[in-house]
Amino acid sequence: MPKITYIEPNGNESVVDVPEGWTLMQGATSNGIDGIEAECGGSCSCATCHCYVETHADKLAAASETEEAMLTNVAAERRPNSRLSCQIKAIAELDGMVVRLPAAQS
Amino acid sequence: MAIVIIGAGQAGLQVAEALRSDGYDGAITMIGDEPRPPYQRPPLSKAYLLGEFTEAQLTLRAPEVLARKNITLLSGVSVTAVDRAAKQVRLSDGRAIDYAGLCLATGSRPRPLPVPGADLANVLPLRTLADTRAIAAILPKTERVLVIGGGFIGLEFAAVARKLGKEVVVLEGAERLMPRAVTPMMSEFFRKLHVDHGVAVELNAAVSRLTGAEGKVAAVCTADGREFPADLVLVGIGILPNVELAQATGLECERGIVVDACSRTADAAIVAAGDCTARRLPDGSLLRLESVQNAIEQGKSAAAALLGKERPFVASPWFWSDQYDVKLQMVGLANGHDRTVMRGAPASHKFSAFHYRGDVLLAVDSVNRPEDHMPARKLLDQGLSPSFAQVADLGIPLIAR
Ligand SMILES: Cc1cc2nc3c(=O)[nH]c(=O)nc-3n(C[C@H](O)[C@H](O)[C@H](O)COP(=O)(O)OP(=O)(O)OC[C@H]3O[C@@H](n4cnc5c(N)ncnc54)[C@H](O)[C@@H]3O)c2cc1C
Ligand code: FES
Repeated sequence: MPKITYIEPNGNESVVDVPEGWTLMQGATSNGIDGIEAECGGSCSCATCHCYVETHADKLAAASETEEAMLTNVAAERRPNSRLSCQIKAIAELDGMVVRLPAAQS
Repeated sequence: MAIVIIGAGQAGLQVAEALRSDGYDGAITMIGDEPRPPYQRPPLSKAYLLGEFTEAQLTLRAPEVLARKNITLLSGVSVTAVDRAAKQVRLSDGRAIDYAGLCLATGSRPRPLPVPGADLANVLPLRTLADTRAIAAILPKTERVLVIGGGFIGLEFAAVARKLGKEVVVLEGAERLMPRAVTPMMSEFFRKLHVDHGVAVELNAAVSRLTGAEGKVAAVCTADGREFPADLVLVGIGILPNVELAQATGLECERGIVVDACSRTADAAIVAAGDCTARRLPDGSLLRLESVQNAIEQGKSAAAALLGKERPFVASPWFWSDQYDVKLQMVGLANGHDRTVMRGAPASHKFSAFHYRGDVLLAVDSVNRPEDHMPARKLLDQGLSPSFAQVADLGIPLIAR
């Protein structure tokens, strides 16, 4: 299982084994990591699962048109490494990836 | 002071977690009659039946997380009575638990189909994981799916069944689809969408009875004498809020447990959140919402209220639905609108309908236009109304940057 490090807004770091096929959002919410709200449960409809991708960006598929559109209106600052964590599926190549969570999701 | 939460769904979980993040460190007991920890319902009628999700992925929090937050979850047990005088709830297993603060988060249940034959095998609702498992078990042996009720759940399921290659008929009693939730223009858009995907959509279809063979459903009959053969019948004709506990203990219930904007009931020790409630608006009317956002927002308000704080639910209501490759996102309440301004053309499958009363924006329905939905939420939350010309011109952003 790829290990993903989530850095919460307060600086807390959690390393989570996210099963392959799960999204980074599911890995975070099921483990009770604060800083991801995920109101729509991964339907790419709420933009409350925003994260900043700190590593492994080259291993990710590009954001879909819908994700791009949702990202234009995230609550926190949008940066070049902004993604919606519900649109990133854990795969072996992402082992060791680090994502940072923004201070606000809504 | 001990807090008891009845119902372990989206709202119940939100209340428990919000109590902790608001700094409450006393006892929290959440009691749910389903035999599993809180999970998400929206995927049940969407990706889940396509095999895109596992059960574990539906679970909102792993049980260890609840334990870590010191939230006691009693699963597979129901609350049978609330004794407000003794400040105690009684459980189906004979136990009684005292409370200082109580939250009713009992959700809702599918409205039963009131016609003969509704109890035949393979006539199923879609509310719980157990319902979905029952559907998944018979789908492989099913060729003809009949959906009673052209609301969100019925239509989402129809889309899934088409993707799985089933023959699908949708019977809707009203003259248009999703009549309570969307405007006639949107009803027509979705009717056409489903027809284009090979669904037979029958409007004004009053189901009069279901007939069966060997205990299993075989056909659905309508009042005008038509008969639709079916191997599986999905009943999606709305929900009934679970108000019985509240009613029995004398709390005001009208289309739901009546709460104020802060999720409070008339009993200072009792709050309520989610599908089971009806919220009293400033003008005195009652608003019933059946959505994740409502469960979350009311859950946060309810937790605050239990701790003596006011956190009113003021955000504009929003909702989404996924059908085929169409994402519908709605925000606001269109009731009473007298003008609709289009942004984009329906034929393009990428458009938004902006509903106004006078020049005040009331609601925005977006089809595959998340770039409109998100700013629309901001505009409505801030009480701002873009001009008609601005909305109608795709080249002008909704919010100036
Ligand atoms: C198939 C489906 C698709 C949906 N899609 C969407 C969508 O796309 N977008 C959206 O916003 N919303 C959607 N919804 C609605 C959304 O899921 C609900 O509004 C939300 O789950 C409400 O949460 P709740 O906690 O109030 O109720 P529930 O999630 O129903 O939780 C209440 C729980 O309390 C339990 N309970 C009831 N009485 C008792 C008792 N006496 N003792 C113990 N436990 C009890 C119930 O069994 C249940 O487990 C969908 C719903 C369904 C069924
Ligand atoms: S969870 Fe809603 S957009 Fe990711």
